[in-house]
Amino acid sequence: MVRRERKRTGRPRGVVAATAFFCALFLVPHLLDDAWVAVLTLVLFFAFVGQAWNLMMGHVGLLSLGHALFLGIGGYTTAVLLQDYGMTPWIGIPAGALVAAMVGAGIAWLGFRFSVRGVYFALLTIAFAEFFRILFSNWPLIGGTGGYFLRVVPEDNVPLLSLRGGADHFYYLFFVLFLVGLIVSARLVRGRIGMFWSAIREDEDAARALGVRSFRLKVLVVAVSAAMTACGGGAFALMNGSLFPNTLMGMQMSIQIILAPIIGGLGTLFGPFVGAVFVVLVLEFSRDLGQTAGVYGLSTLIYGLTVLGVILYMPEGIWPRLVRLAQPLRRDR
Amino acid sequence: MVELYLKVAAGGLLIGTVYALIAIGLTIIFGVMRVVNFAHGEMVVMGMYLGYALWTLFAIPAIPAALIAAVVLFGLGVFLQVTVVSRFVGRPQHSQFILFIAFALVITGLHLMLMGPDARSVMAPISFQTYSVGGLRLDAARVQAAATALVMILALVAFLRFTFIGRAIRAAADNPLGAEVVGIRSGRVYAVTAGIGLACAGAAGALVSPLFDAQPFLAPEFTLLAFIIVIIGGLGSLTGALIGGLLIGVAEGFAALLINPAMKSMFSYGLLIAVLLLRPAGLFGGREAR
Repeated sequence: MVRRERKRTGRPRGVVAATAFFCALFLVPHLLDDAWVAVLTLVLFFAFVGQAWNLMMGHVGLLSLGHALFLGIGGYTTAVLLQDYGMTPWIGIPAGALVAAMVGAGIAWLGFRFSVRGVYFALLTIAFAEFFRILFSNWPLIGGTGGYFLRVVPEDNVPLLSLRGGADHFYYLFFVLFLVGLIVSARLVRGRIGMFWSAIREDEDAARALGVRSFRLKVLVVAVSAAMTACGGGAFALMNGSLFPNTLMGMQMSIQIILAPIIGGLGTLFGPFVGAVFVVLVLEFSRDLGQTAGVYGLSTLIYGLTVLGVILYMPEGIWPRLVRLAQPLRRDR
Repeated sequence: MVELYLKVAAGGLLIGTVYALIAIGLTIIFGVMRVVNFAHGEMVVMGMYLGYALWTLFAIPAIPAALIAAVVLFGLGVFLQVTVVSRFVGRPQHSQFILFIAFALVITGLHLMLMGPDARSVMAPISFQTYSVGGLRLDAARVQAAATALVMILALVAFLRFTFIGRAIRAAADNPLGAEVVGIRSGRVYAVTAGIGLACAGAAGALVSPLFDAQPFLAPEFTLLAFIIVIIGGLGSLTGALIGGLLIGVAEGFAALLINPAMKSMFSYGLLIAVLLLRPAGLFGGREAR
C-alpha cells in the first residue's frame, strides 16, 4: 500500500492532479452556493476525522469502534474553555487534542498492557466510548443530555481570532484541517514510524522479533489518532454551536466516522476523502429523496442498501478501485 | 424494604432470562462462525414488532407469537447467511462490521417505513396481571416471558447436545477444520447456526413486546446489552451467556434502584471494561480466550 502511494505522487502527473484538486477545493465557496458549501464542509470534516481513524486501522490494524469519544472530548474541551473560561479556540482545540491524546493513550496502554486484541480491542473502545457518553450525559456542569450551547458570535467577531464565523469560514477551517491532516498522515506513514507501523500491522510478533517496539508505537498511533479526531471535534463544536453527548459521542457517530475510510479504501491516504464524498452525498441524496417522497425511514433504507452494495462489490474500497481503473490509461502514455 | 429488594431481584432474574436468550443468539453465531452480529438488536426489535403485529392483528399472545417470530427469524437468518454473510466469514472484522451495520440500517429503515418512529405498545390484559408467589407479586407478562425463554434455552441446549446437526454445530465451533475433515458441511452448519442465532433474538423480542414499547431506536441498546452479557459470560459460551444474562438483569435492577437510573448502564460498561481487561475469556468461560 505504502509503496504504491509513493510511486503515484512521485510522478509529476500525480502532483499536477493533486494541485488541481486542492485548487478546486479551495475555490469551492467562490463557485458553488451555500448549500453545497455546507455539504462539502461536512465532507471535509468526515474526511479529516476518517484520516485520523484510518491511521489506527488502515496503517496499524487497530480497529476502534469508539472514535466518537475523542470527538466529544475535543468538542467539549474547546467549548467549555471558550464559554466558561473565555479562552480562544486557538488554545481550546490544542487543549482538547492534548486531553484526547492522554485519554487515548490511557485506553491504549490499558488495552495493550492486558494484551486485548482483535474483536476484544474493538469492544473495549466501544465500552470506553459508551462509558464516557453516559458520564457526559449525567454531568450537570456541561449540561448533561440537555446539551451545551455556545453563545451567539459577538458583533465584533474576528473569525481568524475566534475561529467562529459564517459558512465559508468553517469550510476553510475544515479545508485547512484536512490539508494539515493529510500532510501529517503522509509524513508519518511514509517515514520511519510508518514503516514500523506497517510491520506491526502485517505481523506484530515478527516485527517485535526484529526489534520494533510495538507497544509504544501502538500507544503512539492511538494518541495521534485521538488528538487529530479531537481537533475535528473542536472545530465541529464551534460550527454547530451546540453539543449533545448522545449525538456527538454516540455509537452512531462512531459508525459515521469509520464508514468513510472503509468505503473509500482502508490504509490509503486518499481513501477517507473519497469515502467521505460518497457517504455524505448518499446521505444528503437519500434524505432529500425520503423527504420528497414523504416516506419516513426511506432515507435510512437507501443509505443502508448503498453501504451494503459497496461492501459487497467493492470490499477493498472505492479509491483502490478507481486507481486500478486509471492504471491502463497511465500505461498508454 | 427487604420485600422491595426481593422484588427487584426477582424481576431482574426474570428479565435476565430473556436477556440471556438474546445473548445466546449472539454468542452461538460468534462461537461457530467468528462473526459478530452487530445488527443483533435490530433483529430483537424485529421480533418485538412481530409480537406487536400478531397481537394487534390476530390477538395472538406473546408465547405463540414468540414461536412464530422464532420461525420467521430462523428463515431470515438462513436466507441472509446463504446469500450474503457466507462470503464474509473469515474476512477482516471491519468488513464484517460494515456489513452488519448495513443490515442494521436497512432493517431500521424498514421498521421506520412500516411502523413509524412512535413507540408501539401491546395492550394485552396480561400486562396488568400479576402472580403472587409467597407474598411476592410478580408481573404475569414477565414470568411468562422468562419461563418461555428458559424453555427455549433448554430446548436449544438439548438440540445441540442430542441431535446430529446440533452436534455438528458444536464440532464446527470447536474445530472448524476438523469438522470439515470428518465430512461436516460447514455451509449448512453455518446456515442453521445463523438461523438459530436470529431465532433467539426474534423470540426474545416477541416475548418482551408486552413489557417494553417497540421502537426502532431501541436496537443499539439491545445489541450493546447482548455484547456486555456475552463478554461477561465468555464469548462463545452458552452457560456463560445464561449466567451473564441473569447477572446483568439483577445488576441493572439494583443499579436503577440504588443509584441514578440514568447511570445504570454505566455500571454495565464499567463491568465490561474490567472483564475485557482482566478476564477476556469471560467470568465463566475458560475454553477459549482471545
